Amino acid sequence: MKIGIPKEIHPGEKRVATTPEAAEQIIKLGFSVLIEKGAGLAANISDEAYKEVGVEIVANAKTLWKKADIVMKVRAPERHPELAVDEIDLLSKGGHLISFIWPAQNEELMQKLADKEATVLAMDSVPRMSRAQKLDALSSMANIAGYRAVIEAAQHFGRFFTGQITAAGKVPPAKVLVIGAGVAGLAAIGTAKSMGAIVRAFDTRPEVKEQIESMDAEFLLLDFKEEGAGTGGYAKTMSKEFIEAEMALFARQAMEVDIIITTALIPGKPAPKLITEGMVKSMKPGSIIVDLAAEQGGNCALTEKDEVVVKHGVTLIGYSNLPSRLANQSSQLYSTNLRHLLTELCPEKNGMLNVNMDDEVIRGTTVIKEGKITWPPPPPKLSAAPAPQTEAPAYESVKAQQKSIVPDSIKQFIPLIVGGLLLFGIGSVAPASFMSHFTVFVLACFIGYQVIWNVSASLHTPLMSVTNAISGIIVIGAVVQISTPGFVISVLAGLAILIASINIAGGFLVTRRMLEMFRK
Amino acid sequence: MSQSLVTMSYIVATVLFIFSLSGLSNQETARRGNYYGMLGMAIAIIATALSASVTSYVVLIIALLIGGAIGVKAALKVEMTQMPELVAIMHSLVGMAAVLVGYANFMDSSLSLSGVEKNIHEVEIYVGILIGAVTFSGSVIAFGKLSERISGKPMLLPARHWLNLGLLVAAVFLGRLFLQQAEAGGGTFPLLLMTIIALAFGVHMVMAIGGADMPVVVSMLNSYSGWAAAATGFMLSNDLLIVTGALVGSSGAILSYIMCRAMNRNFISVIAGGFGTASGGEAAVIEGEVQPIDADETAQLLLTAKNIVIIPGYGMAVAQAQHTVNEITKLLRDKGKKVGFGIHPVAGRMPGHMNVLLAEAKVPYDIVYEMDEINEDWDHVDVSIVIGANDIVNPSALDDPNSPIAGMPVLECWKGETTIVLKRSMASGYAGVGNPLFVLENTRMLFGDANATMQAVLKALKG
Repeated sequence: MKIGIPKEIHPGEKRVATTPEAAEQIIKLGFSVLIEKGAGLAANISDEAYKEVGVEIVANAKTLWKKADIVMKVRAPERHPELAVDEIDLLSKGGHLISFIWPAQNEELMQKLADKEATVLAMDSVPRMSRAQKLDALSSMANIAGYRAVIEAAQHFGRFFTGQITAAGKVPPAKVLVIGAGVAGLAAIGTAKSMGAIVRAFDTRPEVKEQIESMDAEFLLLDFKEEGAGTGGYAKTMSKEFIEAEMALFARQAMEVDIIITTALIPGKPAPKLITEGMVKSMKPGSIIVDLAAEQGGNCALTEKDEVVVKHGVTLIGYSNLPSRLANQSSQLYSTNLRHLLTELCPEKNGMLNVNMDDEVIRGTTVIKEGKITWPPPPPKLSAAPAPQTEAPAYESVKAQQKSIVPDSIKQFIPLIVGGLLLFGIGSVAPASFMSHFTVFVLACFIGYQVIWNVSASLHTPLMSVTNAISGIIVIGAVVQISTPGFVISVLAGLAILIASINIAGGFLVTRRMLEMFRK
Repeated sequence: MSQSLVTMSYIVATVLFIFSLSGLSNQETARRGNYYGMLGMAIAIIATALSASVTSYVVLIIALLIGGAIGVKAALKVEMTQMPELVAIMHSLVGMAAVLVGYANFMDSSLSLSGVEKNIHEVEIYVGILIGAVTFSGSVIAFGKLSERISGKPMLLPARHWLNLGLLVAAVFLGRLFLQQAEAGGGTFPLLLMTIIALAFGVHMVMAIGGADMPVVVSMLNSYSGWAAAATGFMLSNDLLIVTGALVGSSGAILSYIMCRAMNRNFISVIAGGFGTASGGEAAVIEGEVQPIDADETAQLLLTAKNIVIIPGYGMAVAQAQHTVNEITKLLRDKGKKVGFGIHPVAGRMPGHMNVLLAEAKVPYDIVYEMDEINEDWDHVDVSIVIGANDIVNPSALDDPNSPIAGMPVLECWKGETTIVLKRSMASGYAGVGNPLFVLENTRMLFGDANATMQAVLKALKG
């Protein structure tokens, strides 16, 4: 099947759905790939780079949409500014579309796509489960947004991030507060931290504390007990009391920190207002607020979407499409996500799509199947919930203990008792000559026991080969007998000498060879 | 040489042997220890040869030379990966020698003992030959299994425990018969029959043991070869043989114990054989999808990591990948990364097998750590690479009470940030147990021949 990559038409959108690297892999799956002329230019990818890996360049959007069986995009379809038609109208009847769709917010679009009898896979609807992580475009974009948020803040911030003591005086490190430690928040924490700032972070979900601390940031603890995790690893709306406590914490922090990065989102709802005008006023002049929730109305009351504004001496950055500001990187990650999705969709690598609705990942991602709206999907099965352990093994061991008649305190003496009886038995019949040998034997066993426990585990193989050589001492027995009259005895003894000397020579030499190899 | 002088030489030899073994407590003294051992052996042989009872020097010297030459040749030729085979075959030689000496001693009519002493002497002959024969045939089978001339799968005869018991009873019964007949100067027939039974017992015992239990078997046979020598010592009233045999015997016994502990199995169950056939309940089925990675990505991952641990297993020996691994290690260490090796006690087919292979590839021994040393440090490990190992990195040993390897201590590499598992395919390990490590979120699978993939990683690291 033919996969078409149109140029993004949303104003300011610089990303492209497929990079040459990804295209190469997609072609290996058996698809052929078409791309609109100049689609990658904004992300610094030339048409030549696509051509090199075997992608066909198509001169205009119209032909591309017409030729392609599957269209892969970043943004949801919208009105084409140059052609003055809707992209949906360009989609051939019964065609396939893979892009961000946001079905909850775009009911009209969904209906139109359904009328086209299209099959639509929404990259924003990939189920949150471990198997689907490699196609989770939301996470990969959020990661970039978090990074870029710090970079944007740094650009507008008038100071170093890292603290320094220079000849010209001391520079204090910047203090950064990250609100919401999702993928974007964690990326922001990591970036700010690596630039040398002091980073604090807050999240309503207590289980992310560990993740925050693993990145060397400080987790701001709220003295309030409420479970903040909703389904699928997202946050949920909190109680009024909790929000009050939270706001008090932010108010205190606002006076202290230089940069606030907010990433708080609740799925399907406007972003919670966390930073009030009063808090902005209380911040030091020159402070920065980066509002990653600007698209959903902003976490800060004063944020203006897609604008950078200065209010009360504080710079408020409200860019809604930060990933597009790192177009090359985000195109790369997004196209890798798409490639993984195609791999799932085309398990036989024959270039045909198989929208297998029994597969949980594909089921969740598919929002329209051949004109039928299949969104929202049934709730995903919890992937990582371990079945509770039964208590059977513990119970059995209790039973086993009851069975044993002999109490433990006596049990441990049993080997000693048996050994003692055995020795007594031998002693009562054996002659003196045997006993002297036996004494030597037992003592030697104990010496062996003491010596061998000290052998380093790394030298166990040399130990075996050297004991091999030493046990060749049996040669002595043969040597003693070789001169005993009797031909058969001589032959047996001679053979034994021969065999044992193989052991002696071989064992010592190979040990030497091995030991020579152990070098510091 | 007078008897007293010979005895004195024996004492010196004994002391030297003890030094030789205690030298192995660390790498620096180990080489000197080995020379002590050689010296002790030379003193013992020369002293015995010069004693009054030895006259046929021609045969003695010829036999010594031929045997020595074969031994030297074998020692120089053997590949380090074949060490387990060499050790196994050398055990069989000791067993064989014990049998031969036993028979020679039995035929020796010049001894004049009577009463209890004679009885004890005959028991000693009988026991010496018995242990020698079991060691011999068991080691030959172990050799066959290790060199893959015989399938590594446990061969489980029906009612094998009863069979073993039957053989044991037969051996005891024949022993009685032998003692009665030896009274009258006969006894050859029961002795021969017992030898055959002992040989069969050795074969059957080792055949029933699976490949993963090989370290236990090899060290157990090591122990037997020692006891065989000790029994011969009793037979010949020779203290040097008794002491040396006891040293070797207890050495092997301790190694077996260490190996068993490393697999959390008791000795009897290993010897009884049939690993993985009798687990309590249904082991948890492993579900999930593996995440593959390629050599380039692996190299990238290694370049960004600070602390790297490599976990080698038998697969590394099979693929002969240790030299490539060493080159990668050197390269990464030159780049300022901390690289260590984590060795599980039962990795490979004999105790300490991995250490020898890494030493052969010139990996410095001070970055090779034992399991207990490294298991506390996983939190600080960025990347761990598992090369051709499976059961020793299986998390279900710790958290699935129904797993056949439940309770076995393992290298807990999944606690590190990322684990890369090199594997030929998705087959399960020797224990036949699935490994949930492969489907963990922080595990990446690098499929292919270990050496070829490591070469590719090395290339990617350089380029």
